[in-house]
Amino acid sequence: MSRSAAWIVFLKECRESLRDRRILINALLIGPLLGPLMFVIVLRLTVARQIEQAARPLPVAVAGAAEAPNLISALEQQGLQLLAAPADLAGAVRSQQLDLALRIPAGYADAWRAGRPAQVELFYDSSRQGVVAEVQRLEGMLQAYSQRNAALRLMARGLSPTLAAPILVAPRDQATPQGRGALMFAMLPYFLVFTALIGGMWLAIDSTAGERERGSLEPLLINPVPRDRILLGKVLATALFGSASLTLGLLAFMIAGRFLPGDQIGLSFNLGPAVVGATLPLMLPLVLLIAVTEILVTAFAKSAREAQAHLALVQILPAITSVVLSFAPIKAALWMYVVPLLSQQLIILRLLRGEPIAALAVTLSVVFTLAAVLAVFFAARRSYAAERLAISS
Amino acid sequence: MIVVEDLRKSFGATRAVDGVSFSARDGQITALLGANGAGKTTTLRMLYTLMRPDSGRILVDGIDVQHDPLAVRRVLGVLPDARGLYRRLTARENIEYYGALQGLAPARARARIDELIQMLSMQDIAGRRTEGFSQGERLKTALARALIHEPRNVLLDEPTNGLDVMSTRSLREFLRRLRAEGQCVLFSTHIMQEVAALCDQVVIIARGRVVAEGSPDALRERAGEASLEEAFMKLIGARALGELS
Repeated sequence: MSRSAAWIVFLKECRESLRDRRILINALLIGPLLGPLMFVIVLRLTVARQIEQAARPLPVAVAGAAEAPNLISALEQQGLQLLAAPADLAGAVRSQQLDLALRIPAGYADAWRAGRPAQVELFYDSSRQGVVAEVQRLEGMLQAYSQRNAALRLMARGLSPTLAAPILVAPRDQATPQGRGALMFAMLPYFLVFTALIGGMWLAIDSTAGERERGSLEPLLINPVPRDRILLGKVLATALFGSASLTLGLLAFMIAGRFLPGDQIGLSFNLGPAVVGATLPLMLPLVLLIAVTEILVTAFAKSAREAQAHLALVQILPAITSVVLSFAPIKAALWMYVVPLLSQQLIILRLLRGEPIAALAVTLSVVFTLAAVLAVFFAARRSYAAERLAISS
Repeated sequence: MIVVEDLRKSFGATRAVDGVSFSARDGQITALLGANGAGKTTTLRMLYTLMRPDSGRILVDGIDVQHDPLAVRRVLGVLPDARGLYRRLTARENIEYYGALQGLAPARARARIDELIQMLSMQDIAGRRTEGFSQGERLKTALARALIHEPRNVLLDEPTNGLDVMSTRSLREFLRRLRAEGQCVLFSTHIMQEVAALCDQVVIIARGRVVAEGSPDALRERAGEASLEEAFMKLIGARALGELS
């Protein structure tokens, strides 16, 4: 009899939740859609900014432009936008009126004609955000002009321009298009975890803290059923809603992937049915872990509101590993596949990059995540056995 | 049949129940009478296995509560102080849930629910979701789900709390009916009329102890008072003066 008690509780929690608009909206709408939506918006914004920066004219205040008309017109061809220069260039940069200023000193033309190095001065404040990229762009333009003229001068003297370039650096970027895309996708595993969390959250709150708050927990526990069966039923119901949310979320990501401006910047995203199909079973042990953690955390809250506050803390944890992974991409070591959450994030990232996955990594991830599920379940069982759990007043 | 022997339970330094002994027989209605905070609810919670006694023994139909709490729960029907329902389930679904948890086969549960709906005159509310139920409707539903497995022992914690006159009357009627069927009915209360109207046996509790036990008539006689209320005040007052406000 007690074997099917978990099933009875599971069915009842599902049935009740399917009638609850708030639970449904969270599990089937907000959970699955919030992640992909935020993701596409963030990605579009960053991509759009990168494209914009590359093509945008670079406004630079130039003092003494008349001294070097050839230089200025060469820079203008590369995207420089000439601004009138104030009298005090350094002061204007310091007071942040200007981002960047160029001064061509009076001796420039003479030095140029004499074949001596002609000096130009760049004014900027490197502590200001975004300025360094502009400085590099302007330096690049000046370099290009300088090299072209160096080559012309050598040729005019009957020498080969290659003399002035003893070393030739040829960049060979090994990032595949998927690789570059996946770096931006490093946050995606977090959104998946988030989706599963949101999906089961309200059911967990309602079936633990909510049940206490409404005074239905005490009579429930007087039924001739071991408490861990009741607990199991609630965990499974939470996990079902979490995985429903996750499945819808993955589909939403698949569709959202088509609206990403991937080809504009030469990125491609491997988020096809194959990757989605592999991600789902990989995530299921984690969904269970999330569900049992949600039940554990909400079990002792006195009210739904308090439970919600506790769960907000739980939501921060997966964000931390994701942020670390996306800003400081670490080399995956074997021990990392032992850590629940981290292992799923690493494997999903590899899937997105189109890289092969070692069977050992998947095995470790599944086994250790399930072990964590058991550990948390036993902790929850202990707290469910406590006398004060049932007493609502 | 419920037998309680020298039951004790403390919360920190507070002795909530301090050596309670009594018995409640089959085919009788027994009241635990006492002021708020006298230890009635704690005693009942130990009876229905939600709290473990520090010491003492409870036998329900001969089963020791501490040895086999699950078996005790099968022969107990309990209406605790907390009687929350599931708002998004109908009254019938609420009762069905408990039937399933009690291990009843679906067909038997259905027949029993029909019977209870009849007995408690719940025909017009059985198919409605319990959200927005009146106190009386809530009580009927909670009572029905507590009795779904035809328990031989029925425990009720302050069952008439918050009920209007009509509901209180039909509840009394219902408890008499259970008595007539030979069940052991034990309820806690602080309301004198209830005891006078219903009980065969009264156990008066004050400060976690039994101060008197007997039929309402015997208690009146013992206190030498004509009304039960006066008898109660006298019996309690002798032991714990000024405890009642």
